[in-house]
Amino acid sequence: MSPSGKAGPRGTRKSEPRSRRSGGAGKLNAGGRPEYVLRLYIAGQTSRGTQALANLQRICEEHLAGRYLIEIVDLRENPALAAGDQILALPTVVRQLPEPVKKVIGDFSNTERVLVGLDLLRPKRRA
Amino acid sequence: MPTKQRGGGGKARTGRAAKLAEGVAKIPTGITGFDAITGGGLPRGRTALVCGGAGCGKTLFAMEFIVNGATEFGEPGVVIAFEESAAELTANVKSLGFDLARLQRDKMLAIDFVKIDRSETRETGDYDLEGLFVRLAHAIASVRAKRVVLDSLEALFGGFTDESLLRSELRRLFRWLKDRGVTAVITGEQGNGMLTRYGLEEYVSDCVIALDNRVVDQISTRRLRIVKYRGSAHGSNEYPFLIDEHGFSVLPVTSLGLDYAVSSERVPTGVKALDDMLEGGGYFRGSSVLISGTAGTGKSSISAMFADASCRRRERTLYFALEESATQVVRNMGSIGLDLARWQDRNLLQILASRPTVYGLEMHLLKMQQAIEHFEPRAIVVDPISSLVAAGRSHEVKSMMVRLFDYLKMKQITTVVTSLATALGNEDTTVGISSLIDSWLQVRDAETSGERTRGLHVVKSRGMGHSNQVREFIITSKGIVVLPVAVGPLGVVTGSGRIQQESDQKAGDRAAQLELARRTRHLERMRTTLDAQIEALRADYASEEDEAKALIAETREREQGERASSQGLSKRRSGVSPTRTAARKKVARS
Repeated sequence: MSPSGKAGPRGTRKSEPRSRRSGGAGKLNAGGRPEYVLRLYIAGQTSRGTQALANLQRICEEHLAGRYLIEIVDLRENPALAAGDQILALPTVVRQLPEPVKKVIGDFSNTERVLVGLDLLRPKRRA
Repeated sequence: MPTKQRGGGGKARTGRAAKLAEGVAKIPTGITGFDAITGGGLPRGRTALVCGGAGCGKTLFAMEFIVNGATEFGEPGVVIAFEESAAELTANVKSLGFDLARLQRDKMLAIDFVKIDRSETRETGDYDLEGLFVRLAHAIASVRAKRVVLDSLEALFGGFTDESLLRSELRRLFRWLKDRGVTAVITGEQGNGMLTRYGLEEYVSDCVIALDNRVVDQISTRRLRIVKYRGSAHGSNEYPFLIDEHGFSVLPVTSLGLDYAVSSERVPTGVKALDDMLEGGGYFRGSSVLISGTAGTGKSSISAMFADASCRRRERTLYFALEESATQVVRNMGSIGLDLARWQDRNLLQILASRPTVYGLEMHLLKMQQAIEHFEPRAIVVDPISSLVAAGRSHEVKSMMVRLFDYLKMKQITTVVTSLATALGNEDTTVGISSLIDSWLQVRDAETSGERTRGLHVVKSRGMGHSNQVREFIITSKGIVVLPVAVGPLGVVTGSGRIQQESDQKAGDRAAQLELARRTRHLERMRTTLDAQIEALRADYASEEDEAKALIAETREREQGERASSQGLSKRRSGVSPTRTAARKKVARS
């Protein structure tokens, strides 16, 4: 599971799940706060989870470079967190910010659906 | 609860079936009656499916399983709710006395609300339901749960498009549950031509229970059927059940059997003369008594007299009024001198009034059983049992009666039921229960020469000698009075015939007395007359006697005088005196 994005999700993996809000904003661009906060739920080191993270990071890099933060929640370690976002299917990515909350499940192999599902296209057009 | 105590009617089960039942470990649900019909509950460590239409009690069944497990059997449980939030669920079952919040605090219960909202979720690529497994595992671990409820699992089908994936995940889920060793209950909505809408039954091989809420003649009856119970004998019938403030209770349809103990103790009927008709003792304790008759013959009064007598002996009595309200019963029985209210105040008498049509038959039976369990009476009155016909079909009524009477006999409760006969002189009861009855009293309303007379007789009374007379009775302000038998020249007379007979008898007596007096007076008069005659004769005799005596005396005087003078003459002449001879001739001529 090797993150390729600038956001450095690896650094947040262990610490982030306990707090809702990301503290890693400093690593981001000038805004100070990431525009997009995506929380990826996985369960253990599965190939599907790895694949999902890779796909998600790729999409984010392509469309939201420097404006996003990916939190990774491993439910194997923190099962109690599943209820909060009503997680059933894995992997699931939840767009925490901006509101409203959006969810996409699967391995994110279909970029188009991820973009639509997380509603990531509009800001890019604006930018 | 009665059915629970019986432990599933083990005696009735065959040896082979009993062995089978031992083969599968069972986990009690704590649901009244259900553990009895399944011989112990649900299969331990397996998954059971509870399916049925909307509002037929699936969730309640599941919740009872969990809550009873936590409170009665010390087995913590997990509820994964797909349709209601924890707060909603807590509120919904609160009316049944389940305090889910407390159980959660006590770590006996974990509730996880799984909200499925397709609108905010998109699918892209492969996924699985590991999240559900994680949550389930977490919930189970948090309370060390032994019991799991998934209500209703089918909601998953509304949340995900990939049905084949869902199905494989469900299969995995059931296997997973089994591996965990937890006993699970999943619920599923009834589908079109299938037990569940999405065919969940094909994944559940151990135990499938179908619930049903059927409306017949505008009366709804809930029924439970065990479709499948692998490795265990189970009743294949449909068992009525009901949901009320005590929760979920299943009623075994089959009879409880005929192996109850009997008592030869007698309980007075409350009517002295009726006791006399029943060998002087009354009913047998724990026996069933039927009082049948046409309208207005006094059935209720006789049964109320019994209830009153029972309360007098300080024995609790339960009165099921199916036609009158409790207060009406009290008022009406006040008119025959029974003060039932005081027994109510002392908690010796409980009058439960309900319209037969408000529930189905089974509900009535269950309500009765519950009331009996709760009040623990020694005697009950059902007035009238025939009106229950309105609540069910006659064969159902009969089967219900069988169960009710068996149950009551098992509990040694003396039962008096009344039944309205439709036709005059009809010895058949509308409910056809006479064969279940130990003592059958019939009250009749005989109409003769323009009046009605109430008559009471004992049709049968098992195990005791009884009077075979039709006894007339009247209902007075002091209760029921059975009149002494009046036998006239043409047999037993009743009503005004009796009064006629009595007045005839009185008139006859009077006439005889008058005759006697007359004869006495006549004799008296005769004696008086006789005395008077004797007196008169005596007076006649006396005067005659006087006269005769006087004559004699006169004659003697004269003779003496004559003799003296003739002596003097003969002295002087010494010859026959011619004067004397002449005198003699004179007397002879006259």
